[in-house]
Amino acid sequence: MEIIDHYLYTKEHEWINIEENQGTIGISEYAQSSLGDITFVELPAADDEFDQAAQFASVESVKAASDIYSPMSGKIIEVNEDLVEEPELINKSAYENGWIAKIKLADLSETEDLMTADDYRKFLESIV
Amino acid sequence: MQATLQKTPLYDNHTSLDARIVEFGGWAMPVQYDGILAEYKQTRTHTALFDISHMGEFIMEGDCVEIGLDRLVTSAIADMPIKSCRYGAMLNEQGGVLDDLIVFRIEKEKWFIVVNASTTEKDAQHIQKHLKPGTTFQDVSLKTGKIDIQGPLAREVLSPLAPGIEKLNFYTFDHFDLLGQHVLISRTGYTGELGYEIYFPWEHTPELWQKLLEHKHVKPAGLGARDLLRLEVGYSLYGHELDENTSVLESGLNRFIDFKKNFFGKESLLKQKESGLKRKLIGFIADSRRSPRQGHKIYSESQDEIGEVTSGSFSPHLQKGIGLGFVLTEEGIRDKKIFFGNDKNKIPAIITPKIFYKNGSLKD
Repeated sequence: MEIIDHYLYTKEHEWINIEENQGTIGISEYAQSSLGDITFVELPAADDEFDQAAQFASVESVKAASDIYSPMSGKIIEVNEDLVEEPELINKSAYENGWIAKIKLADLSETEDLMTADDYRKFLESIV
Repeated sequence: MQATLQKTPLYDNHTSLDARIVEFGGWAMPVQYDGILAEYKQTRTHTALFDISHMGEFIMEGDCVEIGLDRLVTSAIADMPIKSCRYGAMLNEQGGVLDDLIVFRIEKEKWFIVVNASTTEKDAQHIQKHLKPGTTFQDVSLKTGKIDIQGPLAREVLSPLAPGIEKLNFYTFDHFDLLGQHVLISRTGYTGELGYEIYFPWEHTPELWQKLLEHKHVKPAGLGARDLLRLEVGYSLYGHELDENTSVLESGLNRFIDFKKNFFGKESLLKQKESGLKRKLIGFIADSRRSPRQGHKIYSESQDEIGEVTSGSFSPHLQKGIGLGFVLTEEGIRDKKIFFGNDKNKIPAIITPKIFYKNGSLKD
């Protein structure tokens, strides 16, 4: 299962890619594969603010609906509008074109609560 | 996977194809191989194979009225032509559905009945209890493998292997030579496409599976795609739209009920008809890509709770969410605006006829 080395991960299988005080958020390859064909993504609105671990989006697949939690606190800068018409982008490219939202990070120290790629790899091994 | 789950003769074939295996009605079944939407599309545009070996099959012999079979099912069967199939239901005395099934008339006095997997044991007991003592009854479920081949190219794929199947009309069957076996093939299915169901000796079923998969237009499809395909054509699924606590009239199977004959549950149904039904099964389409789910509530336009979703998914055909559900009878009016969801989140939809995909190859 593909894992990107410089991203950070949550136990709910979200990833965040931090660049300075901005983070891009999506769901992991493992998450998209478990969900199966994604048919709808409920996106947050620009300027919405979320606490760490708060639900900020949801995805629906042919099989089930699933909530997405924000890996860190912050304010939405941009959402991936392409997912409105092409939610399957998450299946095709979970770490790149299937990103969900970009947030302005409120507290960089929250990264301590996240897993590195190595931690996440071990975590997956422990649950699969 | 629990060790207690039953396995079809194709279990190893599924695992070798990396299928995702789930529990269904006590069986370990493939829910998907490459992905539900890809398998859905394969079935709608080409042809797919489904392992349906988990379903139950019974054989009975005798005059259907005399042995009591006629009284066990809702549909007229005494007038069935030989080599035809008929859909129907078995009811309890309250008019609830014990199971839905297909009756095959093999000979004038020989019947083959196909029932759901999770209900096979219950059905066998119920039938045997009510058949005239001494009637020949065989449960051949564990001797009978079953592969459904479904899709617009199904005839083209199957006829070179089983010459003559091209003559089968919708809801008829016959016996054909296929890979050295003499087997029953019916022109039936659960997808809304042209297709056949092949009843094959259990231990030889993998040979048939392999042979059919050699064709370039054939791929395997799992229960996930099957559920989506059936929902788009509005077919009921036992445990969702049909169960023991729901009247068959509420489930809307009226055209499979012969009120001219006697059958279990008839008196209750007549009373229900007289007093009026409380609920009815409706179809509905979301105004977005959002999917209804089993257990979601249904709300009126003024947001009063009026019912519950029994099946729901995203329809690739309509590119919208579709669902089936029960609502209070007076609310179930076509084109009426409703919502589905929960207290937190209500998604707009519109009531429609219980069919979402109409131009399939079913009767081609």
